[in-house]
Amino acid sequence: MTARIEIVAAAKTYPGVRALDDVDFHVAAGEVHALLGENGAGKSTLIKIMTGAATADAGELRLDGRPMRFASPADARAAGVGAVYQEVNLVPTLTVTENLALGRLPRRFGLVDWRAARVQARLRLRKLGVEIDVERPLGVYSIAIQQLVAIARALDEDTSVLVLDEPTASLDAAETARLLDIVRELKGQGLAIVFISHFLDQVYAIADRLTVLRNGRRVGVGTPQEIPPAKLVPLMLGRELEAVERARAAGQTHTGEPILVAQGLGKTRVMAPFDLTLHPGEAVGLSGLLGAGRTESAKLIFGALRADSGSLKIAGEKINPSPRASLARGIAFCPEDRKAEGIFAELSIRENIAIALQSKRGWLKALSRAEQDRLASEMIEALGIATPDAEKPVGQLSGGNQQKAVLARALVSDPRVLILDEPTRGIDVGAHAEIVALIRRLAGQGLAVLVASSELEELIAVSDRVAVLRDRAFVGELSGADINQQTIMRTIAAP
Amino acid sequence: MKSFSPPLKISTPRAAPRLLWPLVALALIFAVDGIISPHFFAIRIVEGRLFGNLVDIVYRATPIAIVALGMAIVIGTKGIDLSVGAIIAIVGATLDWRIHMGDPHLLALAIALAAGVACGLWNGLLVAVLDIQPIIATLILMVSGRGVGLMINLIYGGSDPSFESPLLQGLSTGHIGLIPTRILVGIGLWIALWALVRRTALGLFLEAVGANPKAAELAGVEARAIKWAAYVISGFMAAAAGVILTADTHTSDPVSIGLYSELDAILAVVIGGGSLNGGRIYLLGAVLGAVVIQALTTSILTSGLPPEYNLVVKAGVVLVVLLLQSARTRAAVARLATGRKR
Repeated sequence: MTARIEIVAAAKTYPGVRALDDVDFHVAAGEVHALLGENGAGKSTLIKIMTGAATADAGELRLDGRPMRFASPADARAAGVGAVYQEVNLVPTLTVTENLALGRLPRRFGLVDWRAARVQARLRLRKLGVEIDVERPLGVYSIAIQQLVAIARALDEDTSVLVLDEPTASLDAAETARLLDIVRELKGQGLAIVFISHFLDQVYAIADRLTVLRNGRRVGVGTPQEIPPAKLVPLMLGRELEAVERARAAGQTHTGEPILVAQGLGKTRVMAPFDLTLHPGEAVGLSGLLGAGRTESAKLIFGALRADSGSLKIAGEKINPSPRASLARGIAFCPEDRKAEGIFAELSIRENIAIALQSKRGWLKALSRAEQDRLASEMIEALGIATPDAEKPVGQLSGGNQQKAVLARALVSDPRVLILDEPTRGIDVGAHAEIVALIRRLAGQGLAVLVASSELEELIAVSDRVAVLRDRAFVGELSGADINQQTIMRTIAAP
Repeated sequence: MKSFSPPLKISTPRAAPRLLWPLVALALIFAVDGIISPHFFAIRIVEGRLFGNLVDIVYRATPIAIVALGMAIVIGTKGIDLSVGAIIAIVGATLDWRIHMGDPHLLALAIALAAGVACGLWNGLLVAVLDIQPIIATLILMVSGRGVGLMINLIYGGSDPSFESPLLQGLSTGHIGLIPTRILVGIGLWIALWALVRRTALGLFLEAVGANPKAAELAGVEARAIKWAAYVISGFMAAAAGVILTADTHTSDPVSIGLYSELDAILAVVIGGGSLNGGRIYLLGAVLGAVVIQALTTSILTSGLPPEYNLVVKAGVVLVVLLLQSARTRAAVARLATGRKR
């Protein structure tokens, strides 16, 4: 099989991260090739190299056997590589025609020939089976239509490689089916298609071959038959199956009054209703692949997302979850996306740590400066936040230290229930172990801890129970000896 | 080649540079004043009160400084309040109206301040509850506020909008001991506001909402109420300035009172180290910024420069101050300086 696009031994290093390491990737004409991996596996970097958004430090890129070097996305486009990214990068306030013509406006006597542009736009869309008024602003159409317009934009006369990065992320079932049909059609026309999705059912429905990346390395390549889901999940999560298991005290089950009970909690189009119970002193893990609904369920419980079904009880009291109500009743939450939802970049470490406790006390009962200093220095010490002093703006710290500051904020708010979403993301190995130990210690002190994590080892190390999620629903709960890599991965992959 | 002297390195504690630049600007303005007129700094006691250019600068800067204090709070939440000049007009008209209606002057003062608070509540409603962009939301009152003031004047006929009030004029143009009363009022408001934001947790919440509203919400801060409070504070401070300015001229003149004060106040906050990106509130900086602006105006007027030059010279100096504050310019200047030495 001759490859239309071919990457050989690609390597790319960003400061402090080895994003790609000796990766090979080939896509043949008329093939849909799925690229799989968890966050940080190297998918984005690989796409960027293919589409000219980044250049590899080492390795070779070949198009139809000819070595190429893309200095910019425009280079890649000119060579016939089109891409559609996860966030539709079109301009919603411009018309469909303008969006499609941007950067390649047809001209007549030096002026833009809008009539020709409109005709071209209709033609391009008709190829995808889309008939819409191209004179209306793009923003008035559904996300599905916008996604198709983005594909139309990526498809030139001479496009031979199409990269689709999570094209179905915001589509419903019917829209997804239609998009997959179009992908099949394009494949039939001989395009080489790179398909990235965290929906495994779609991947298996459409891909001819799979490439699995983990930590910047290629860990698997083959047909869907050669890599069935049961084999894929271990590859993606990447654990040697004989990894060290936590020595677990037998019969360590928690009974008695639960501190938190969620019943049928859910939100339409976000998370199917689920039940979850937490007891004091218990650590429960939320496991699942990227996009399975870990973050969503954690946020529903904390109230950061408003549930539209079900109920939540804290210590027997039924509450209407909102961040304020939850904090007041002793639930603390540590978000995954620390830049967008965690840190206050301009504020000092001290203020970042004190704020949740402060908002719990209300604005009139200010924590004294001495009190804030004490809390901050305790936490800097306890979590090993690398900083000369507590007055440094958090925005000037490294990612891992920012994460620790957000964790510190949750800890000092004196919680009874601690919800941690990816508590160790971006944290160095030493601190990683410290945080795992800290979670165990907190549970030992009677806290209920809910940990959403993509790291199996971490979940196995901290959890008394593990709830398994797939495609935005709870699909199983494991406890005791069942908390091991094989069982968790089997539950994630089970049809 | 070694350079003869090490490059100048300013490694002051973090809080210092923020106030350093407005202070440098002030020092430069005064230095020029000192050269042009040696008597610029003379302070005498005339008729039992302090008299001189420096006193005059602080005296005239007080209303803008008060407005700028409120503006600093709003800007700290990543907002902006364009309506403060209009609020001054509404407050002046209200004050005049109530006095014409025969209210005791203390009550008229209270009602006028309440009018400012009401304006703040309106702005806050638009920004915090209806989620309208602050610049547009406060533009509504900025445009309509002076009209509202004129309509209030009409209530009592509007033929003679002047009034006499020993109480209010005492607040505005009187003096206690040697010191003008309005300066004392300004300092009082400053301290009260400082206590409100720094002795409680309000300041932290305001800054948190300005720095990252989503994270603030997740940390349990009621972002909506906090934002609302910021506009109410700004409305109140503008009202206080409005009382001083109205009592100064003892007339209600909605068309021209406090004209462009919103721009001066924003400028004062920025000169004082505040960023329109929000997240930080510098009250002292805002006051200092107002003084810099007034020092500049007074200096131009006393320097003998034709008053026609006033606005352009002012703009030029402000530009220099802001360039001094910009990290990028400073880095560029440093590169140039070291480059020349090598």
